[in-house]
Amino acid sequence: MTDERIEVTVNVNGTEHRASVEPRRLLSDFLRHDLGLTGTHVGCEHGVCGACTVLLHGEAVRSCLLLAVQADGAEVTTVEGLAPESATDGDGLHPLQAAFWEAHGLQCGFCTPGFLMTLVPFLAENPDPDEDEVRHAISGNLCRCTGYQHIVDAVLLAAEKLRSS
Amino acid sequence: MKPAPFRYARPESLEEALDLLAEEGDGAKILAGGQSLIPVMSFRLAQPAMLVDVNRLTDLDRVERTAAGGLRLGALTRQRRLEREPVVAEAAPLLAEAVPHVAHPQIRNRGTVGGSLAHADPAAELPAVMVALGARFRLERRGGAREVAAADFYGGLFSTALEAGEMLTEVAIPPWPARTGGAFLEVSRRRGDYAMAGLAALASVDADGRCGPARLVYLSVGDAPVAVEAGAAMAGEMPGEELFAHVAAAAAAELDPRSDIHASAEYRRHLAEVLARRALARAVRRAREAA
Repeated sequence: MTDERIEVTVNVNGTEHRASVEPRRLLSDFLRHDLGLTGTHVGCEHGVCGACTVLLHGEAVRSCLLLAVQADGAEVTTVEGLAPESATDGDGLHPLQAAFWEAHGLQCGFCTPGFLMTLVPFLAENPDPDEDEVRHAISGNLCRCTGYQHIVDAVLLAAEKLRSS
Repeated sequence: MKPAPFRYARPESLEEALDLLAEEGDGAKILAGGQSLIPVMSFRLAQPAMLVDVNRLTDLDRVERTAAGGLRLGALTRQRRLEREPVVAEAAPLLAEAVPHVAHPQIRNRGTVGGSLAHADPAAELPAVMVALGARFRLERRGGAREVAAADFYGGLFSTALEAGEMLTEVAIPPWPARTGGAFLEVSRRRGDYAMAGLAALASVDADGRCGPARLVYLSVGDAPVAVEAGAAMAGEMPGEELFAHVAAAAAAELDPRSDIHASAEYRRHLAEVLARRALARAVRRAREAA
């Protein structure tokens, strides 16, 4: 047994956080329990469901498969960091979030943060995807409401909006 | 669903990492991408005393074309990078074709080449591809290094030639042979799931259009990558559907796959035959295009 703790500094959504964590602390738990950022959801906790997806240096990763100590010095973006600054009044949404709303891309909403964080870098890299590419992109995210059709619709709508904006 | 406590070390150099591994012996596990290790630890199927996090060893994150035209991959190269570097598709098209089949983009963003090869999951794509390509692995330990052919690296289930204190640091892929085509195919229930069966194939044609021996290496039909002998029968034959079907049947007959919750042994053997037929046709077509 060891009760070793390690100091980490992680930039989350533009804010620097310092904390002392056990090496075994998962990044997902660090975000939720230590920082109170509960927008990142935890589903399977073994890398299958994709609900805990966040951006690490801009790339989608599963936060349950990373240790918080591995994020020391890194930039992490969670779903809380998606909407622009002006959104603090509660009205502002990222165009992808708006498209999910408009196209009924969420039902219970549990999987939604993971889908959003998977899709933001996907759309940045692939601004004009076809349906097949979208389905491939979300293959690592599970929606237990099985609402995939509307999620795909939402992504295509968001891509269109992002292209024209 | 949380890992048991462990000590954590984050070496800044390979030397420091090898020292730690030498001192800790069997109690230490190397943490690279962690995409297989962390879930195994969360399930408490593994409870290493120490994790040696090698993610700061950025010298090991590299993709280089060798002077001879082959590829050299640092063990810490993320799988995602293999998709993005055009040199991979040029120098080792079979590898480039296989990588998108490795799990999901989120996993490939973190998962490393060396991690996947050393973990030796029988359903993993990269080990089978490396055996097919005749790759060689560099294994380093404190005060020494050795090279092992991919085919000799894999033993039984999740077991490799790596000894306590050793770390896989580099993969050398030989130059792509002339008049040769590759094909990677697998069947899984959903995109990104573990394959029920998969195949890495290389085929060649000579100036007269006759085949050379084909190399066929399966994944997910045994405890480790399975290289079958049947491809040798291609040598000297004119390519065609009949030949492919004959060789594919012989390849499947060599296999002794297991039944599990994903697929029965019988179904796996059926898939193996279908995959061989398709892969040979595709690889031969590509070999002709390359000629």
